Amino acid sequence: MNLAYTRYIVLTALLFLLAPIFARAEGLVVNQKFISDKEIQVTFSGPVDKAVTENIQNYTIYEEPDPDIRLELSSAVLADDGKSVTLFFKEPLNTAKTHVITVHGLAGIDKTTFTVSKSYLGYLFGILISALLINNFVFTKYLGLCVFFGTSKKKDTAKGMGVVFTMVMVVSALMSWFFYNFILIPFDLNFLQIVVFIGLVSLTVQAVDTILRKVNPILFNSFGVYLVLVIANCVIIAVPLILANNNYNVFETFMLALGAGGGFLLALYLMSSVSERMQLANIPKTFKGLPIAFIVAGQFAMAFLGFSGLQLF
Amino acid sequence: MANDKSSMQLISRGILSENPIFKLALSMCPAVGISTTVMNGLLLGIAVLFVQVFSSVTISIFKNLIHPRIRIPTYTLTIATWVTVIDLVLAAYLPEAYAKMGIFVKLIVAFAIITMRLEMFASKESVNDSFWDGLGMGLGFMVGMMTIGFVRELLGSGAIFGYDVLGFKPLLFFILPSAGFFVVGLMMAFFNWIEIFYKRSKGLKR
Repeated sequence: MNLAYTRYIVLTALLFLLAPIFARAEGLVVNQKFISDKEIQVTFSGPVDKAVTENIQNYTIYEEPDPDIRLELSSAVLADDGKSVTLFFKEPLNTAKTHVITVHGLAGIDKTTFTVSKSYLGYLFGILISALLINNFVFTKYLGLCVFFGTSKKKDTAKGMGVVFTMVMVVSALMSWFFYNFILIPFDLNFLQIVVFIGLVSLTVQAVDTILRKVNPILFNSFGVYLVLVIANCVIIAVPLILANNNYNVFETFMLALGAGGGFLLALYLMSSVSERMQLANIPKTFKGLPIAFIVAGQFAMAFLGFSGLQLF
Repeated sequence: MANDKSSMQLISRGILSENPIFKLALSMCPAVGISTTVMNGLLLGIAVLFVQVFSSVTISIFKNLIHPRIRIPTYTLTIATWVTVIDLVLAAYLPEAYAKMGIFVKLIVAFAIITMRLEMFASKESVNDSFWDGLGMGLGFMVGMMTIGFVRELLGSGAIFGYDVLGFKPLLFFILPSAGFFVVGLMMAFFNWIEIFYKRSKGLKR
């Protein structure tokens, strides 16, 4: 496909995703956002009545899909300028969902309804960052270690391997998503998950191999060797299994696969940089080879623990 | 009787001289990922043993019917079938343990050790030998997993199989996920050390 077309498609997709942000209506409520998983801050266009806003009986709050389950407030506090109110919840909220808030009797109006949600783009980006750093497939989920230790000796190999992995992972994840949602679920064939996914992954690898050989022989010569290694690897089969478990939609699947592949690339690159240095180091005979590689990987894993709890959006 | 001897040899080869975890260094993911307790190691070991034995036997039975060009996809599908079986069985009868092992039961399908045994052994040898070879490799994997689990559970939570043995928790670090790498690395170094020591002492005797 032409590169220009791809650019247009990406731009259109972005516009669709961003549309809700531009289309937000101006009104009494100017801004509303999640402060933490137990707090929501609402900003009004002018000062509001303290008695109304601080009475928690005046609020009805629920998650968009199920209006019957009301979320309970523990308190509502109006800021000193009277323009913004912070709502404190008794239980942690699922900030990925859209929340609908209705206030009764505000500024003489019987009902004021508005929704609070994270921007969807931010949520998607969150999945990417999570798969890339917080739940890095190598250092936090311990997947794909055979290939990881096998190919992280030289930086060039590591980069090539990582790129091939990301490519195959994105393609096979999207295909698996399609099969899972349109064939496995409608026909109630969920128990065939493993067989179908492993078949799809092998098929993708074979297809990438054949296509690359014809379309770009130079790239094939530099990357082709790694393709065979890709099949027998748990990272690649793990992505479809995770997306089936979490019921991701197609954008989320794409982001998960991209993050997983990027995380693998990152891990391989980091490890290969250390490996190149280690060849010069004086390592005890008993630790030569795999043992020292494992200990280095353990130190990386400890460092990656530091990413847990990272939240950008 | 000759067969009996070779079956013992095949089993001991899988456990000792060609141990999948410590010697061949294959299927490392679960060895690091979920080896926090002996029980986890035992259960995943049983699952792998089951899959290994049954796929070895299956491939060995049908080895003359499989066209060499499509052998790898055939192996993969055979393994996937047996993994599906053990996955559903575990989910039905041991739901708690299954939840702990998470995605790793399904990931047995991608374990290099199983495909390797099918390619190197089961596709050439008789059904009987393949059975013993599969049993040996599966047991070797199970022993490896349980050894790592033993070290981590004993040092991490002072218990074996969930029973409190030491009465205190020596090093909490060992049940943290990242310690898996350290334990496997140190144990590999330990086995290397024994091997070097053994060779040296043998050399001195001669």
